[in-house]
Amino acid sequence: MPTVREYRYRLTALLLLLMTSAPALAQESIDAKIDNIVRPAADWVSSIIFWSFPLAGQQVPFVLVWLIAAAAVFTLYFRFINIRALGHGFKLVRGDYDDPDAAGEVSHFQALTTALSGTVGLGNIAGVAIAVSIGGPGATFWMILAGFLGMSSKFTECTLGVKYRNENPDGTVSGGPMYYLSRGLAEKGPGFAKLGKVLAVLFAIFCVGGSFGGGNMFQANQSFSQLLNVTGGEASWLYGKGWLFGLIVAAAVGLVVIGGIRSIASVTSKIVPFMGIVYVLAGLVIIFANLSAVPAAFAAIFEGAFAPQGIAGGIIGVLLQGVQRAAFSNEAGVGSAAIAHSAVRTSRPVTEGLVALYEPFVDTIVVCTITALVIIITGTWDPGVDPSAGVQLTSDAFESAISWFPWVLTLAVVLFAFSTMISWSYYGLKSWTFLFGESKVTDATYKILFLIFVVIGSSMQLGAVINFSDAMIFAMAFPNLLGCYFLMPVVKRELNEYWADLKAGRLIKAVDR
Amino acid sequence: MQTVYLIGVDGSNCCGRAVDYVKERATENSGKVLVAHVIEWSPFTFSTPAENETRHLRREQELERAREQVVGPVVKQLQDAGVDAEGLVAHGHVGQTLVRLGRKHEVTCLVIGRKGASRLAQLFGSVANQVVQLVDRPVIVVP
Repeated sequence: MPTVREYRYRLTALLLLLMTSAPALAQESIDAKIDNIVRPAADWVSSIIFWSFPLAGQQVPFVLVWLIAAAAVFTLYFRFINIRALGHGFKLVRGDYDDPDAAGEVSHFQALTTALSGTVGLGNIAGVAIAVSIGGPGATFWMILAGFLGMSSKFTECTLGVKYRNENPDGTVSGGPMYYLSRGLAEKGPGFAKLGKVLAVLFAIFCVGGSFGGGNMFQANQSFSQLLNVTGGEASWLYGKGWLFGLIVAAAVGLVVIGGIRSIASVTSKIVPFMGIVYVLAGLVIIFANLSAVPAAFAAIFEGAFAPQGIAGGIIGVLLQGVQRAAFSNEAGVGSAAIAHSAVRTSRPVTEGLVALYEPFVDTIVVCTITALVIIITGTWDPGVDPSAGVQLTSDAFESAISWFPWVLTLAVVLFAFSTMISWSYYGLKSWTFLFGESKVTDATYKILFLIFVVIGSSMQLGAVINFSDAMIFAMAFPNLLGCYFLMPVVKRELNEYWADLKAGRLIKAVDR
Repeated sequence: MQTVYLIGVDGSNCCGRAVDYVKERATENSGKVLVAHVIEWSPFTFSTPAENETRHLRREQELERAREQVVGPVVKQLQDAGVDAEGLVAHGHVGQTLVRLGRKHEVTCLVIGRKGASRLAQLFGSVANQVVQLVDRPVIVVP
């Protein structure tokens, strides 16, 4: 039997072999070939997930109604938890209620930032640009509203993620929708147990798909697109060499997930928050430099939200763009973040849910809004802009104010993409092992597949990639939210107990211990 | 009332003198000694999902290693000299945590060693500096 170490060496060798042999295969256009093979399948999958019905002359995808309805239901059911718990949530993140004797465990702050590094990424940069270019400035309003309601979805799923996580005999923890769907529903009775199992398996399948799509191909695709932009577009020597970029990124990801080189991951996990801060600061600088244009931008956002001019589908069309990009960016209701949040060590699962409120808040209400404002106030957006521009639109917007910023943005985009891939490879792997059991072979199979998709993603056209990414990630919301509806009384019970303790002063603060 | 000392150790030789000091005192007044080691840790760092998953396990390992390699030998040295000694290991900010442990165990005083008086330490503050600034009971710094 090969040892783990030997196994790793073999995989790394295989990876290197792939890398060195690929240029030999590079005939005139590998990219086009890969695109031709994958596109029909990707389009077919997305046509199913995005089944839509006509409303006011516009095709409305059912999944978006599903997501926003759930977010609204949770917001009402938990009596605006997304507003009333913000203050307390912040104190939890700050560690005010931590037990010092449990120091050294995963803190609320770490669980939150880990989950954030999986969501803050291209959705905030490219996704917003897509929303604004198709839906106009008004899409921003619906995006913010969707982010605000999405906070309640996150609260629900992350509380459940911690409550029903699995503590393995070796001391590690596994959690997420697959566990709360199967274990949580089983508590409700034998009939529910069967339903829970089906939902858990469905979720896991979609999550694996999502980890190949939005958590991987979309990231690779858009970061390559940005790299191509700054190096000269069609004149760039990289033009048509998406596969090469894909191989390099795959090698880096492979070193972390297969080679077990933690240092790369931990360096990235430290640089990414820094890049996020740089991005937000640069956005704020541009906004403040154009302060006089801000009222007009907000006017355009409100006007565009309720009375859009020249946008296909009118108000419904704008609303759909905003909601779709918000959901894709903050993943509220999708269930992915529950996997990351469940690692926290707490005796009160609700506390993690309260902390998770900040995820859509930071991701959508802060970062996405900044991107949208920069695009609008710099005048980069106009009704005739090419809707397939994606990240390029954001890059142009920043460039018009800070000429060298596209280079910084490129670095940020590549790093965001990389960290999102690392996070999603974990989510996907957890789902994969939930389906196929934990063993070295199942582990390695998933990881190799993941790397192959990196290469495919950077070679494909944006349209096909976006459709497939969206489809898989949104598909996760069906089993996840259905389970959350059944389990929301559990969350309510936990919340009420906790809130009563908090109000009665029965929670001990760290300073008093 | 029995005198209880809390001594902070980090496995370096500077605390050897502090250990000798506390051994002498505790022998004189038949006091008790708590031997504490703090593993530097902050809740405000960034980590990957895979790190978080194994964090609980790694924490246990870190505590175990500190108990065996850092605290254990000192406790044994004190016990061999006939002193009532016990070990403590915790994660956290070193200065704050030593002070907190002292308060939690209601010790009479803290005993800490100090490394050389380098200019760098004067600039950035050593563990001894932190403890002296934060402490809510007597502290003995053994140079």
